Amino acid sequence: MSILVDDDTRVVVQGITGGEGQFHTEQMMSYGTNVVAGAVPGRGGQEVDGVPVYDTVEQAAREEDANASVIFVPPAFAADAVLEALDSPVELAVAITEGIPQQDMAKVYAQLEVSDTDLIGPNCPGIITPGEAKLGILPGNIFAGGDVGLVSRSGTLTYQVVDNLTQRGIGQTTAIGIGGDPIIGTDFVDALAYFEDDPDTKAVAMCGEIGGQDEEEAAAFIGDHMDTPVAGFIAGRTAPPGKRMGHAGAIVSGGGGTGTAESKIQALDDAGVPVGDTPNEVADHIEAFL
Amino acid sequence: MKLHEYQAKGVFAGAGLPVPESRLASTVDEAVAAADEIGYPVAVKAQVQVGGRGKAGGIELVENETETREAAAAILGMDLKGLHVDRVLVESAVDFVDELYAGVTMDRAKGEPVAMVSTEGGVDIEEVAAENPDAIAREHVDPASGLQPYQARRAVFEAGVDREVATDVARVLTTLYDLWAERDATEIEVNPVMVTADDDAVCADAVMNVDDDALFRQSELAAMEEEAAGDELEAKANEYGFDYVRLSGNVGIIGNGAGLVMTTLDLVDYFGGTPANFLDIGGGAKAERVTNALDMVFSDENVDSVVFNIFGGITRGDEVAKGINEALAQFDEIPKPVVVRLAGTNATEGMEILNTDLVTVEETLESAVERAVEYTEGNQ
Repeated sequence: MSILVDDDTRVVVQGITGGEGQFHTEQMMSYGTNVVAGAVPGRGGQEVDGVPVYDTVEQAAREEDANASVIFVPPAFAADAVLEALDSPVELAVAITEGIPQQDMAKVYAQLEVSDTDLIGPNCPGIITPGEAKLGILPGNIFAGGDVGLVSRSGTLTYQVVDNLTQRGIGQTTAIGIGGDPIIGTDFVDALAYFEDDPDTKAVAMCGEIGGQDEEEAAAFIGDHMDTPVAGFIAGRTAPPGKRMGHAGAIVSGGGGTGTAESKIQALDDAGVPVGDTPNEVADHIEAFL
Repeated sequence: MKLHEYQAKGVFAGAGLPVPESRLASTVDEAVAAADEIGYPVAVKAQVQVGGRGKAGGIELVENETETREAAAAILGMDLKGLHVDRVLVESAVDFVDELYAGVTMDRAKGEPVAMVSTEGGVDIEEVAAENPDAIAREHVDPASGLQPYQARRAVFEAGVDREVATDVARVLTTLYDLWAERDATEIEVNPVMVTADDDAVCADAVMNVDDDALFRQSELAAMEEEAAGDELEAKANEYGFDYVRLSGNVGIIGNGAGLVMTTLDLVDYFGGTPANFLDIGGGAKAERVTNALDMVFSDENVDSVVFNIFGGITRGDEVAKGINEALAQFDEIPKPVVVRLAGTNATEGMEILNTDLVTVEETLESAVERAVEYTEGNQ
């Protein structure tokens, strides 16, 4: 079992003819992901690595029965691509693109509230159910099938924690990178709720970072609604206020100092969630749960 | 990207917001000439991007030429919370009876912009938000239709702004929202909005942060970026296209991916060291970016050792290793000890390529950071 993606996921790649889109389509397919279509306006009728390209997501979903989309579209056009996916029959859209203007994402967010489609990202590495499907840019070889769920705002930090788990023989049900932007689709609470409902997920590792209040909300959710044990990690303990630490969303606001690592660690601690001082300590906590 | 006050006020004036008359000056004589043109009294205001300039001595109200000379001489060249002041804004002083707050920001959790008004102007609004949240009236905005006039009125009356000036303040708020939306701002605020004895509203300060990710379509604001940059090394990072933040410690840090680089900083602290910087070389980095990154960190004189931590997804370990070898081959003597840890895609190949005469190789994140911290303690 897993959440959101599995063997039955049929993927359309938006932006499949671009450099990134093409490269990662190959990578996804060689991992075993069922990529059934591409969608690029004006390129309908072409093929990329044997995958048929359509002009619209709607056509790709209709003709190839695609039920999920992965978006590799440049930032200036990416919000429009996400809106197209939300207004199509696909059930899940995964936006990899980094650097989408915030105001474009505010418009997407308003649509998300009325759409039946889930969004993961943007500015994320994607989602993987080891051995079944990978939608995004995660390096498949570090993952292994197993019973731990993982949700993270960061790409490479996800890889680090997964590596710490896999090295000691602990596999994963599904790993989701929810993205480092201030406005994202699936957040910690959404992802944790999916893992809580998945009977095969026995424990969850959650990697947060400074900025916003998502981790605090997640802590409250864990305390009130979860039986599955969760271990946490929070990046950015040493980040100075007012500086954007790489991710657009990773910033401790000045003055009042909201979004600090201390506040997030405290909230998780209050909810009984052990927080590792190092990524390897997160794996220690997870191992102790199993 | 954060605009200077004078830049933001220029943008505000262009949108028809009431701002006091002002001139920018970089010498004492220029400041005096500006004050003469504007007419006394004037405020002399340091143009640096820190909050609380007034308390720190960066704003002086002056009545005549002698006072202007004294104030400009004191402020120009001063060090204000670590930033060098090289320009002042000389601005017509507003005779006010009340100070309000007006601003627009993004509510991350709701994914919606929010417009705010408060009668508690002239003090840090985040303190007001923490201590007396009811003193701030908020209106969430549908980004598709914008802030409606009735919403602005509702916020203004909810906040308890006097009826005589309410229409003017509501107009300031809708104009701020329109600017926020048209100029891709992430935050825009006027603190204080001064209310005069004649019931006029005047934007006495101006804060505007612009979304870095939207500069591609904001060419006028993007042109202001160079001037807005602070630190010399941060300007260099812009040129190389790195996400870089300079800190005050002595362990230089290079890595890929924001979360992992932040974690590396935290681990330096955990092992008893102090991080010198945040530097994310990004995904898929090739040899040249690696060379540029090392150049950046070596040119920080505070740095005593460097930890290079890569977990390759799209980034390939062999490319990184090649870059490190090339960068270090240029030196007769390596300027500072470098510890390298490679994991993920092609890490094994990378480890084989690395010239271990030039760098120390460590297997794990923790051991690499620990070693780099040891090096700063002179335990090489």
